Amino acid sequence: MNVKLVYFAWVRERIGKGEETVEPPPGVATVDELMTWLAGRGEEYAHAFANRKVIRAAIDRTHVRPETKIGGATEIAFFPPMTGG
Amino acid sequence: MSAMIRLQREDFDAAAETAALTRSRADVGAVVTFTGICRGAEEGRSLAAMTLEHYPGMAEAEIGRHVEEARRRWPLMGVTVIHRYGRLVPGDNIVLVVTASAHRAAAFAAAEFLMDYLKTRAPFWKKEEWADGANWVDAKNADDAAAERWREPRSSDAAG
Repeated sequence: MNVKLVYFAWVRERIGKGEETVEPPPGVATVDELMTWLAGRGEEYAHAFANRKVIRAAIDRTHVRPETKIGGATEIAFFPPMTGG
Repeated sequence: MSAMIRLQREDFDAAAETAALTRSRADVGAVVTFTGICRGAEEGRSLAAMTLEHYPGMAEAEIGRHVEEARRRWPLMGVTVIHRYGRLVPGDNIVLVVTASAHRAAAFAAAEFLMDYLKTRAPFWKKEEWADGANWVDAKNADDAAAERWREPRSSDAAG
């Protein structure tokens, strides 16, 4: 299952890119498991996902919790807590 | 009820946007206009610039969801939200929220509700540039607490 990942703010800076398409293995079922899998892909990912508590996620442009299943997602975004307004 | 949500780089004209909500309406008795502005100083340091990154598509959708919630909770006759992105300097406008209603309670409450949610749920991120470096702004606990106070009890809470 191919899924587009998008990154923002310092998550984007640490990973070194704003978006990519990945194919997580079948065992990766939730947002949290996806973060674990991404963290294992290289130092820059480990650095970005070092503190899970400050990473937020959205699936298809809607906020989701870490335990949310990723099956069927077209686009998954990872970013720090928002500072708009 | 007309709702206008815009994301843009360019500056906005708060007075013109406010007038647009009230033009030729005899039923609007209250309009509240909030403007968020880029401050230039923090703890004695001078800000050179602030860059706002955003998640296109999600930002409009998320603001739209909160405008819908505001409409559900208060009797509003018009809402306008404009949020800028890109590089801003001290003194620049960042965000505009305008709410119109028959009476002031709804207009005030809806404007404050929308701002509290914009600060915590709208996908924007600010990077500050100082003379000696740049840093991403941290989300504030105070903003989360402000948004939290608008949460409505779920019916299951009441029953439990």
